[in-house]
Amino acid sequence: MSVGRQDRLRRFAALVTKETYQIVRDPSSILIALVLPLILLFLFGYGVSLDATRTKIGLVIEAPTPAARTLAASFQASRYFDVRLGRDRRQFTDDLVRGAVKGIVVIPANFAADQMKHGAVSPIQVIVDGTDPNTASFVENDAQGVLASWARIEGADTGAQRPGIEIEQRFWFNPQLTSRFFLVPGSIAIVMTLVGTMLTALVVAREWERGTMEAMMATPVTAAELLAGKVLPYFVLALLSMTLCVLIAVFAFGVPFRGSVVALYALAAAFLVPALGQGMLISAATKNQFLASQLALISAFLPAFLLSGFLFEIGSMPKIIQWISVIVPARYLIPSLQSVFLAGDIWPMFLRDIAVMLFEGAILFAIAARNTRKRIA
Amino acid sequence: MWGRLKALIVKELLAVLRDPRARIILIGPPIIQLVVFSYAVTLEVKNVDIAVLDRDHGAWSQELLQRIAGAPSFRAIVPVATPAALRQAIDREEVLAAIQLGPSFSRDIAAGRPAELQIILDGRRSNAAQIVAGYLNRIVTGLAADAARPGAHRAAATTLVPRDWFNPNRDYVWYTVPNLIAVIALLIGLIVTALSIARERELGTFDQLMVSPLRTHEILLGKLVAPLLIGIVLITVYVLAALFVFGVPLRGSLLLLYGSAVFYLAALVGLGLFISSLAATQQQAILGAFLFMVPAILLSGFATPINNMPGWLQPATLFDPLRYFLVIVNGVFLKGLEPGEILANTLPLALIALVTLSAAAWLFRTRME
Repeated sequence: MSVGRQDRLRRFAALVTKETYQIVRDPSSILIALVLPLILLFLFGYGVSLDATRTKIGLVIEAPTPAARTLAASFQASRYFDVRLGRDRRQFTDDLVRGAVKGIVVIPANFAADQMKHGAVSPIQVIVDGTDPNTASFVENDAQGVLASWARIEGADTGAQRPGIEIEQRFWFNPQLTSRFFLVPGSIAIVMTLVGTMLTALVVAREWERGTMEAMMATPVTAAELLAGKVLPYFVLALLSMTLCVLIAVFAFGVPFRGSVVALYALAAAFLVPALGQGMLISAATKNQFLASQLALISAFLPAFLLSGFLFEIGSMPKIIQWISVIVPARYLIPSLQSVFLAGDIWPMFLRDIAVMLFEGAILFAIAARNTRKRIA
Repeated sequence: MWGRLKALIVKELLAVLRDPRARIILIGPPIIQLVVFSYAVTLEVKNVDIAVLDRDHGAWSQELLQRIAGAPSFRAIVPVATPAALRQAIDREEVLAAIQLGPSFSRDIAAGRPAELQIILDGRRSNAAQIVAGYLNRIVTGLAADAARPGAHRAAATTLVPRDWFNPNRDYVWYTVPNLIAVIALLIGLIVTALSIARERELGTFDQLMVSPLRTHEILLGKLVAPLLIGIVLITVYVLAALFVFGVPLRGSLLLLYGSAVFYLAALVGLGLFISSLAATQQQAILGAFLFMVPAILLSGFATPINNMPGWLQPATLFDPLRYFLVIVNGVFLKGLEPGEILANTLPLALIALVTLSAAAWLFRTRME
């Protein structure tokens, strides 16, 4: 075929224009690219928080000895607990079942300060709701903390020796431990997954479903041009969506931005390669909007949420699931994105992550292109 | 009328299940999801790598490292020689935490002087970092207690005995599996129904439905019953998996679970049909469903407790059907929740269902003209 370079460019520009119109004219793509990110950021910025605030507990004082009173006062003064007092644990059991309190702390009847001198103290019992293991762990740890600081003060009063090691603890990058600071960069990755994979999978599946894809095949456009023409507008849309998110994160939520803009866009662009590739592959493989949406949900959105280290530590998962997470592109974006915001440019890490994402993207696009071409023949 | 309705329900079921790939995707991946995500959703922190800058190399620093290495949450101790290397290990997320020991650490302890130790944590993962800080503090405090010189008066350790009700081993799978049943039912139920009217519009079969002798409420009833049946079948599959694959105990009444599930699904179907009536194309319907799904999951208390949300946002969770069904599912499986409590959580579901279904019917009628 002797098609001039100019013709080819013109053809490609026409394709891109067509796709762009398709985006601009459908309110749902604007909804997913601009409105959903706003809602998500808003929820992660203000709503969802992993920082536990004042868990409701029931505190049972079986006998009001002086030691029990001072310990109860420590619990009431703690900023982790919202304490309701009682004399019997049975008062709170129904509340615990209903979830009205998250734990019951029982100070036993024979609990007294003079026991401390003999080195044998009746144990404090903490009853927690095991159906919510996270809250259960928080309640237990916080109760432990209250008890330890109480014991230190009481111990100082009774003349016992203070622990001999002073611990200086520092949290780098996020000294206030604001969970918003790491949730917001993570939610940007979710937004890009939605635009990159979900939206493209749907749009292209629709073309297959309605037969307009076949019509495109009949034109002189090559499969590669077709793929690129489809992908480019969504690439730009996803970057726009990301830019909006970053602006809100920095200016509305006060998330620090310590890295460079170059690194931000390099990472985002690299991530979009596998994200878009996955979207194209899903649509080419299913050619049906319902199937495409379900597959995108299951293979892109949920993994980006759950297997990317966004909310849950990958290192804590069983080995097999850690292996599965290796192929989740968001896994490589989120730590680097968090670094761009909170730590600064750490290029060795960024370059490694970018390389992995590009590699994965290349494989996905290759398969998608093969799938597309095969169907024309 | 019943004959017509039955035919319509069969038609609606076929619309979803006719495609063998659709049948597979409705049953297969959700099971895989249940397995993969049940094990993924954990806020425990395990297999932590930690860097150590040990300028002491004394008896006590050795002891400390031994104790860290022996603790179940830590995987590897990475020795580093300089502060720059330590910084790099944290920067590149090779380790989550680092410990710095000064040259006089062991000497100070031996002499009974206060020894100093620095713990550095990666605040980018502030949640995990806090938990690891807790582990390290406990280890160091234990070491300090043992290092107190013999003969000195020791502060008696006050002990705390935790007891977990309903889940004695604090098994995360017992928590995630019932929760995921509710979440996955939401994801699938909503998309299946959101598509039902939009698909007919896009394919042009909607007009055929309009010219059939079916009345509007019959059409809606058919579109309500079919996804409800699919949802019940899916929930049954998950419940069986929870009981026989994951070994989650069932302490409450299955009958009550199903009773409330009908209202939960009805609330979802109402929402789905509302979105579907609003949408002109399938794409709009799916993305519209998404717009609702994501906040519904985030506000349900699934990943983060509702109590942690700011006070002004908490009322918004009252409109979230997932919130109530999570309480029911968890309660029925693990707590043997009483019928009164189940009813108290089913009632809001019934209300939401009533509102969403009427809204869908209203919108459906309006858009028909």
